Amino acid sequence: MDIYLILDRWVHVLAGITWIGLLYYFNFVQVPSMGKAKADGIAADIVPKVIAPKALLWFRWAALLTWLSGFSYLYGLGIAGDAFMLKGNASIIGMGAWLGTIMLFNVWVLIWPNQKKVLGIVEASDDEKAKGARVALLASRTNTMLSIPMVFFMVAGPHGVTLFS
Amino acid sequence: MKNPLDSVTGTIVSGIVLTVILYYVVRNFLIAIG
Repeated sequence: MDIYLILDRWVHVLAGITWIGLLYYFNFVQVPSMGKAKADGIAADIVPKVIAPKALLWFRWAALLTWLSGFSYLYGLGIAGDAFMLKGNASIIGMGAWLGTIMLFNVWVLIWPNQKKVLGIVEASDDEKAKGARVALLASRTNTMLSIPMVFFMVAGPHGVTLFS
Repeated sequence: MKNPLDSVTGTIVSGIVLTVILYYVVRNFLIAIG
């Protein structure tokens, strides 16, 4: 059982780095740079046509793998129920798990469907693209905001007794 | 009022503020009554 938990946690951390790393890349690098690239007349097509679809592919599947491996880890420890019910000391990791769950929802229900319109992967009018871009940006920024307490509660779990007493 | 999520700085500050709020929620309400 220990080896299963160690491997599970390893996968969880690797997938989480991929997910949140790309989230920070989108929010701290790509989005702020696109406005400047367009204003300067630099070839900005490479991002929506080549880089963003590939980045979003890794982003959304890493998000799902992070959640599944995280749930599997809590289940293996026997605390998945208490964590998601926010009971006792399990509420520390449970808060992180709920924030991660909200973030996964945002990825698959708000960010990805709207990015498909913005990037031209599905048909959309200019108005739908503009609205989709706004929803995707706010959902992505919401996830960036939520990632800060999410990571705090993830790393705080093992230190709960001292940190939360 | 401007939406803080429209800027990277506002997003990070909002995340830190939310962390502090949730820390006290977990410590004073969830663990205490759990």
